[in-house]
Amino acid sequence: MMQYKGWEGFVPGKWCNDEVDVRDFIQRNYTPYEGDATFLAPATEATKKLWEIVCDLSKKEREAGGVLNADTKIVSTLTSHGAGYLDKDLEKIVGVQTDEPFKRSLQPFGGIRISESALQIYGYELDDSVREIFSKYRKTHNEGVFDAYTPEMRAARSAHILTGLPDGYGRGRIVGDYRRVALYGVDYLIQRKEEDKLAMGGTMTPDKVRDREEVSEQIKALKALKEMAATYGCDISKPAETAQQAIQALYFGYLGAVKDQNGAAMSIGRNSTFLDIYIERDLKKGLITESEAQEFMDHFIMKLRIVKFMRTKEYNELFSGDPTWVTEVIGGMGVDGRSLVTKNSFRVLHTLDNLGPAPEPNLTVLWSKRLPIAFKRYCAEISIRTSSIQYESDDLMRPEMGDDYCIACCVSCMKVGKDMQFFGARANLAKCLLYAINGGKDELMKDKKTGKPMQVSPEFMPITSNDALDFNEVISKFDNMMTWLAELYVNTLNVIHYMHDKYCYESLEMALHDTKVRRFFATGIAGLSCAADSLSAIKYAKVYPVRNEDGIVVDFRIEGEFPKYGNNDDRADELAVWLLKTFMKKIKSHYTYRESVPTTSILTITSNVVYGKKTGNTPDGRRAGTPLAPGANPMHGRDSNGALASLESVAKLPYEYSRDGISNTFSIMPASLGKED
Amino acid sequence: MSGHIHSFESFGTVDGPGIRYVIFLQGCPLRCKYCHNPDTWGQGGTQYTAEEVVEKALRYKNYFGDKGGVTVTGGEPLVQIDFVIELFSLLKEKGIHTCVDTSGITFNEASAASVEKHEKLLALTDLFLLDIKHIDDSACKELTGQSNANTLAFARFLDAHKKPTWIRQVLVPGITDSDETLQKTRAFIDGLSCVERVEVLPYHTMGTVKYEKLGLKYPLEGLEPPTKERVLNAKRILCEGR
Repeated sequence: MMQYKGWEGFVPGKWCNDEVDVRDFIQRNYTPYEGDATFLAPATEATKKLWEIVCDLSKKEREAGGVLNADTKIVSTLTSHGAGYLDKDLEKIVGVQTDEPFKRSLQPFGGIRISESALQIYGYELDDSVREIFSKYRKTHNEGVFDAYTPEMRAARSAHILTGLPDGYGRGRIVGDYRRVALYGVDYLIQRKEEDKLAMGGTMTPDKVRDREEVSEQIKALKALKEMAATYGCDISKPAETAQQAIQALYFGYLGAVKDQNGAAMSIGRNSTFLDIYIERDLKKGLITESEAQEFMDHFIMKLRIVKFMRTKEYNELFSGDPTWVTEVIGGMGVDGRSLVTKNSFRVLHTLDNLGPAPEPNLTVLWSKRLPIAFKRYCAEISIRTSSIQYESDDLMRPEMGDDYCIACCVSCMKVGKDMQFFGARANLAKCLLYAINGGKDELMKDKKTGKPMQVSPEFMPITSNDALDFNEVISKFDNMMTWLAELYVNTLNVIHYMHDKYCYESLEMALHDTKVRRFFATGIAGLSCAADSLSAIKYAKVYPVRNEDGIVVDFRIEGEFPKYGNNDDRADELAVWLLKTFMKKIKSHYTYRESVPTTSILTITSNVVYGKKTGNTPDGRRAGTPLAPGANPMHGRDSNGALASLESVAKLPYEYSRDGISNTFSIMPASLGKED
Repeated sequence: MSGHIHSFESFGTVDGPGIRYVIFLQGCPLRCKYCHNPDTWGQGGTQYTAEEVVEKALRYKNYFGDKGGVTVTGGEPLVQIDFVIELFSLLKEKGIHTCVDTSGITFNEASAASVEKHEKLLALTDLFLLDIKHIDDSACKELTGQSNANTLAFARFLDAHKKPTWIRQVLVPGITDSDETLQKTRAFIDGLSCVERVEVLPYHTMGTVKYEKLGLKYPLEGLEPPTKERVLNAKRILCEGR
């Protein structure tokens, strides 16, 4: 067994016996907390001053049109910049993405054109030499993808039946186990990776070669991480010895990740209870006070709030803003029945009081019926005051994921350091239904050469009758069209992730995973409720097609009533369930890159607006261009039996078919939750 | 038998205790000037059997907890009292808390048949929400088109049967919010021992859209909801010291 000063006072176990096992460390060492929030400390003077600096910079950034400063020349790597500070003397946790806060870094490995156009929007000009390097000498992910895309993939992409694909931006969604940096120190992690690499012998198949190259990249990234920390005067080669060091080391791990990757979602994992162990140790030794513990957490969270990326206007449109999805999960129950709530679970939520409400980091409470009541009350209190907490069902996820999983982005669960995912955006099933009716011709797009409707799929037999649509005929054609779409979708993602691994590999994040990692192949569905209602209309009402001069069905005339998803009416809800199951089964039938496990999600929280723009009139009466419902939500205004009926409809979607998550956007006026008194 | 139903609300939190499945029945003999559900006045709606409604309500049993249950409202639910009796007898078999939101207008104390029927209903109902439209009879006729005699008689009937009751008073500026009216109402309530709670419901204008849709003229056009002070005043007079 190795022995480090940083491990003194900890209960030993598997975690320190030649195994990297953070969960084991937590389980043996954490102190569950059942008490209330009265112990919490207010913001210190230093915290207030620093936060004023951040607020001032935010104001300047808004005034400058959204970006305060941007790198045009230095390509961001772990070691590309010197140290940057808000106020060096006040900061307990240090480190920003470039050499000054609010200066956005240049991250062209995903695609040089995207970097260039993002800069241009905000009035910056990409440096000529960088453009030259990344167009002449260094290929990007984006270029790789388009070299391999088939004409059909390009067509599906431009018709937006496949949408939001991470082919021009970082796929994100990978969450490094940043705790490892604190618990083990970088040298130990390097040593373990060296051993793993040594064990990769035998026949040098392409897969083996890639694995060896990747682990080498990981080792280089870990070395660079040490160098990065050194520019701030910190040595992270050994295990952290104090709470402040632990938080700092963990944050450096994350900072390295965001310097390396401009991912769509850069979540941070499950850290507060881990850190509580260090804080408890220091509190017991009398090294720090509660006020100092809170200050560390406040400064840490402050840093997560100012993570920024350079992104294009289209990107911000797709995601309704500029989210970074720094999701940190809090609480949950252990598989042994103890709650994982610690004092530090309170501290991290308390930052919303000390620093005020904020959307980032995306603080997510893993909710269980069995959480300590005082913690539940505190969550409710903070939610009422700040509307800044996300809740997810630990009871639903724990049986499959155990008690050391985190959330990437908004709902994708993964075991920290053990699972990663290939993010795959989503397929638009509402549009797929229109393709089924029109034999794969797009209802909106014209072929540039012929001026005729664009044939996106192979030529399937369209519906030719002008009678009311026959449900069985539609279903059979829809099933065929989904078969086509699922295969194309999976293959498109296979191309994307091959290229992302090749040209924009997340070496640091993957260095903070087990070398043998479980990979998820995360697909997604958009337009679920619109497609379900459309099928319901065809089944229970009479829906007549309306054609344009090209014979394309561009509108529908509906006679009669039909049940709608969102009213706890099985007739409609079953159609939504059928859609999900059918599509997922088709996804599963294909080869997925690197033996990844196919999953799907129904979670378009914001991009449903953009997807709706590209979808014509649908048989449920939705007009062309109007938004699809977000995630698994019922279509807007169609749930007429109150909140529970609406939620019950969503709850019928089987989670085992949508393991990457189901989201339902739900807002409620306080008054409708009951009377004030 | 089947009932004529206007709509369902699966997450009712204001019509009785806890989380409630609220059933809006069709039809009402009153024409309250401030009514926010004019679409429930007439006949029509969708027909459902009591069994069908029970099946719907039971889907939410998990949400009811210790306090919640089912509330019938409307319209005036007791226009369809036979249906409510059948519905509640099925719900009671399943152990569901039942609540009626009524004006008591259909109660006829002079009719043995009416009394008998309402007794039957009382036996199946855990809580009544009784809406006293106006304590003054002539003002009540002006406001609702009907006398308040049946309402007050029903209140005394509930009292005689010791049936838990919440009194509700819609607070309409210039119509029901004078101190004198409220004090008279309070005096009446104080004569009843079955009243567990008194609720003041501030008048609101959310129903006006429905009038437009139905092509009806809204009788209280331009009337603003009561101020916070007036609401507090009413609560003080009706509830304080109870």
